[in-house]
Amino acid sequence: MTKTVNVRYFAALREQRGLAQERLATAADDAAGLYAELRGRHGFTLTAERLRVAVNDEFAPWSTPVRDGDTLVFLPPVAGG
Amino acid sequence: MTFRLSAAAIDSASLRKELGDTRAGACVIFEGWVRASNDGREVRALEYEAYAPLAEKEGARILAEAKARFAILDALCVHRTGPLALGELAVWVGVTAEHRGIAFEACRHLIDELKARLPVWKKEHYAQGPTAWINAQTQPSISPRNQPVIH
Repeated sequence: MTKTVNVRYFAALREQRGLAQERLATAADDAAGLYAELRGRHGFTLTAERLRVAVNDEFAPWSTPVRDGDTLVFLPPVAGG
Repeated sequence: MTFRLSAAAIDSASLRKELGDTRAGACVIFEGWVRASNDGREVRALEYEAYAPLAEKEGARILAEAKARFAILDALCVHRTGPLALGELAVWVGVTAEHRGIAFEACRHLIDELKARLPVWKKEHYAQGPTAWINAQTQPSISPRNQPVIH
């Protein structure tokens, strides 16, 4: 089933995607599936192993189901401080 | 106990006043500064980008954990976002406690956790060559115990 989700991009992923957020339709079942789909489409250099996921502004497992209206963020390795 | 992001310059003197407390016998402050080199390269400037809603939640969690673990009176953390020049304050952590030992320990704990866990990214601009997003997991100062927890 196709769902419409929001994806926000930060740092290296934002630059590789060329935008900070987008709304898109996906048939991916979970966050892992959505990242695989986006990586295939946009050629992101970061593998999923190096990222974390946030769904609706909270950390979430890669196995989190993708639901209509969700906002997902794939977080590159952080570097604060 | 407050964590916040700031797009404006951090004013150490005013933050210190926010921590004022006559019960406290110690206030330990850590200031992270923008330095002119990293990994042997000459740095001209840098920028921080934050995923604000989650950074604010994670910052609050880090403070709550420190409060549960250390007998501190208060703590205040501010992290910059946006472009920064050399010498500017990138992060400010202040901790008050009755005695200095706890204040030092808690301050060290807080800055280590903030660096390892906040969804904040740093891009360095060099004197020569293209800019680079810094990956904290490749930096030697981050020990394995400070790697982000996988939830």
